[in-house]
Amino acid sequence: MKQVKLTVNGTLYELSVQSWETLGEVLRDNLRLTGTKEGCGLGECGACTVIMDGKPVNSCLVLAAEADGKQITTIEGLASGDKLHPIQEAFVEHGGLQCGFCTPGMIMSAKALLDENPSPDEEEIRRGIAGNFCRCTGYTKIIESVKVAAKNMQGVK
Amino acid sequence: MPEYSVIGKPIPRVDAKAKVTGQAKYAADYELPDMLWGKVVRSPYPHARILNIDTSRAERLPGVKAVVTGKDFGEFKWGYLPTTRDETPLAVDKVRYYAEGVAAVAAIDEAVAEEATELIKVDYEELPGVFDPEEAMKEGAPQVHDYVKNNMAVEYHWHFGDVEKGFSESYLVRKDRFRTPRTTHGYVEPPAIVAYYDPGGYITVWPSKQSPYFIYRHLAACFKLPLSKVRVIQPFIGGGFGGTKNDTGTGDWCAVMLSKKTGKPVKVVYSQEEELVVSRRRHPMIVDIKTGVKRDGTLVAIHHQVIADCGAYTFMSPLSMYLAGCLTTLPYKLPNFKHDAYCPFTNNPATGAMRGHGIAHTRFAADVQLDMIAEELGIDPVEIRLRNAIENPKPGSIYETINKVTLKTCGIKECIEKVAEDTIWKEREKRKKREGNISRGVGFSSASYLGGARLMGHQAAAAVIRVCEDGTINLLTGATDAGQGSDVVLCQIAAEELGLPIEAIDIKRVDTAVTPVDPGTYGSRVTVLAGQATRKAAAEAKQQLLEFAAQTWKVNTEDIEIRDGKVFVKSDPEKSMPFGRLARIACYSGTGAVIIGRGYSSYGIQPMPTTFENGMGNAGTNYSFTAQSAGVEVDMETGQIRCVDTTIAHDCGRPLNPLTVEGQNEGGAIQALGQVLYEDFIMDKGKTLNPTFLDFKMARSTDVPNIKVMHVITDDPDGPFGAKEASEGSITSTPPAVVNAIHDATGVWFKELPITPEKVILALKEKRRPPLRK
Repeated sequence: MKQVKLTVNGTLYELSVQSWETLGEVLRDNLRLTGTKEGCGLGECGACTVIMDGKPVNSCLVLAAEADGKQITTIEGLASGDKLHPIQEAFVEHGGLQCGFCTPGMIMSAKALLDENPSPDEEEIRRGIAGNFCRCTGYTKIIESVKVAAKNMQGVK
Repeated sequence: MPEYSVIGKPIPRVDAKAKVTGQAKYAADYELPDMLWGKVVRSPYPHARILNIDTSRAERLPGVKAVVTGKDFGEFKWGYLPTTRDETPLAVDKVRYYAEGVAAVAAIDEAVAEEATELIKVDYEELPGVFDPEEAMKEGAPQVHDYVKNNMAVEYHWHFGDVEKGFSESYLVRKDRFRTPRTTHGYVEPPAIVAYYDPGGYITVWPSKQSPYFIYRHLAACFKLPLSKVRVIQPFIGGGFGGTKNDTGTGDWCAVMLSKKTGKPVKVVYSQEEELVVSRRRHPMIVDIKTGVKRDGTLVAIHHQVIADCGAYTFMSPLSMYLAGCLTTLPYKLPNFKHDAYCPFTNNPATGAMRGHGIAHTRFAADVQLDMIAEELGIDPVEIRLRNAIENPKPGSIYETINKVTLKTCGIKECIEKVAEDTIWKEREKRKKREGNISRGVGFSSASYLGGARLMGHQAAAAVIRVCEDGTINLLTGATDAGQGSDVVLCQIAAEELGLPIEAIDIKRVDTAVTPVDPGTYGSRVTVLAGQATRKAAAEAKQQLLEFAAQTWKVNTEDIEIRDGKVFVKSDPEKSMPFGRLARIACYSGTGAVIIGRGYSSYGIQPMPTTFENGMGNAGTNYSFTAQSAGVEVDMETGQIRCVDTTIAHDCGRPLNPLTVEGQNEGGAIQALGQVLYEDFIMDKGKTLNPTFLDFKMARSTDVPNIKVMHVITDDPDGPFGAKEASEGSITSTPPAVVNAIHDATGVWFKELPITPEKVILALKEKRRPPLRK
């Protein structure tokens, strides 16, 4: 067992974790933050994407021990109370989701993209979410949602 | 054109907020106190006799609470038809495909369960296997099951009109062989279940099932319980598209049995790799199609022979082979038609339904071949389609195909015309045909798919509308939104009928203890059938409320209207009140009234001439039509193909929610694009060699074309507010459109999917080779 300190969505947690446990498992099983989904466990599908110190990571490929001392943002940390984050709002309004299973990871990848590049062109959006599989939407409305979100977020500034 | 306030509006999904905030709970997110983890032990051979299973070492491992084997399930067998019950929850006497389940364990956590699976010792006697459907049909091939001869799980021979006469009268007859790939649903959520067998004799399960009433009946039959003691509570479903999430799988049977043995809840979550190895994948099919046409391209006769790889168990194959034939007579007029279908068992993984079920294979073959015929005859691809397209029947009349499929609406001509007028097709000559290594091409296709599947006897689909005393509504149906968006559409239907805003309606997910029975989410049936039930239930509740309003105002119920949440007398709009007030008047009237509206779907219950054996009659309540263009770029050096843009015109009757209909069309098109260009399971003697998303190669965001969706409105009389289906049309029309475009770019007709870079390079080499001298 190893003691780790994780700051998740602004709250500091001190946890004992097994050396083989992944960040995804700790988020889902220990902290019961089940918004982060596990689709493949191999880093292929992107459903478990969270933001760690500003970068999007597949939480199934990060050991919990490696996340010691890091700042983690999960899908649960995006909305402020009842107020959705502009990316979440755009996904709702523009049909950027269907079954919803890839959605948390997709939104976290989109957030990481827009944090780094607030006005991406379509190609950059496509590349920004290329690590996230979606089998329902054909991506079209996801790409549109991210475009709208980028525009709306700029309006806020 | 009817005026609607809620229908036809691009309203966001009612579950969207739960999904974007991560609050939506899927099966694997459920956890119960004292819960155990289950794991399935799987066979390392595709075909072997089970000689002995020794579970003793696993049982001794600390933390292991129970082990089950096939014997625990007694004599229970299941299957899609009463005559095809050839499957047991776990293999008993022999395994018939690689990784078939032979035992399962329950332990205190996942790691211990995993470890225990490795301690179960199974002695096998390996048997010769058969992995190719054409080999399987031959005399002397290894027999997968004893109860049929020559492995023939399903065989149909239908003949309508006289194809031989048709061919003899044709100007041109073409024969081609097409092949469809070994593909699968590829939902990102792996199948999962949490099961609790209450020692008092009740089962409660939270499974990832798009058709929860399948598992409901299966569990009652398997565990010999009355249906009233089986409760399926529906979590959110992470994509379905048919397959494993339609039906009961090894993990589901075992979770319940392990719970029964231990008295504790048991959770089983498949790994994605496990799912990709054992999933009820789509049948790969070989389609030999012979078509005869007149000089002007008019179709005279089609005869297709379909050989499908059934895999190790029959499962839904009787339906798959029926669907592979029943709609060849749409969307073009066809006077003579013959369908020979063979679906032999092999030692490959079992197959199942997948979006575009059956129909997509033969439509792909027929529509690519139609372009080949057009080329041979020098007819434009749009022109040959328009010449053959079925006309939209005049209101009140019916078009009947040679195999007695009946249409009341058909927008195929309008779809074709719209796509032909759209820039991709209209300006195709303006595309630079060749630029460096890139060669460009544009293709066209048309298709049809059924809406509101009507299958066998089980059609019951109902809805209940409960009017709460504050004027809000609970809508209960047995229908499942597996991601397609039916929940928002059903809410829209209820809101429109009741005259309420969408926010007033709350739809409940399935709980078999509460919701009315429903067949399931398949065959594009939810909007049509559960939609009609919802509309009727809403109308009935509304009528009850109107009677209270009529009493209050001393007028007739017909004089009252409800719109946008306001109740008023039509001739005297001064007399009005909010809907909530009327609800309170009704509930507090002292009459004891509780306002509950009930409705069931009647579309599906007319007597059907259809049997799978005769291929006649309606598989659907109504039929959608689709035309599509696609533009591709082929790298003639590397063989890499990119689909750059596509336009789809879709007659779904009426798009009740255009945002959802567009999303369904886009999703269906991209799932199909994967089948055309990338996806194929690579098999070695029954073993899947690429069971990961990366190697199976589903489309990513960087692979998809710009998609434009256009609606064609035909208002079908047999659909709620005119609706038919969305999404299975575009998964059917995309393959021929893209393949025809690739031909336009390369001059090569590709007849085997997927069209990988290797196949392109080989075909281009072949094309360049000078003909051999005689």
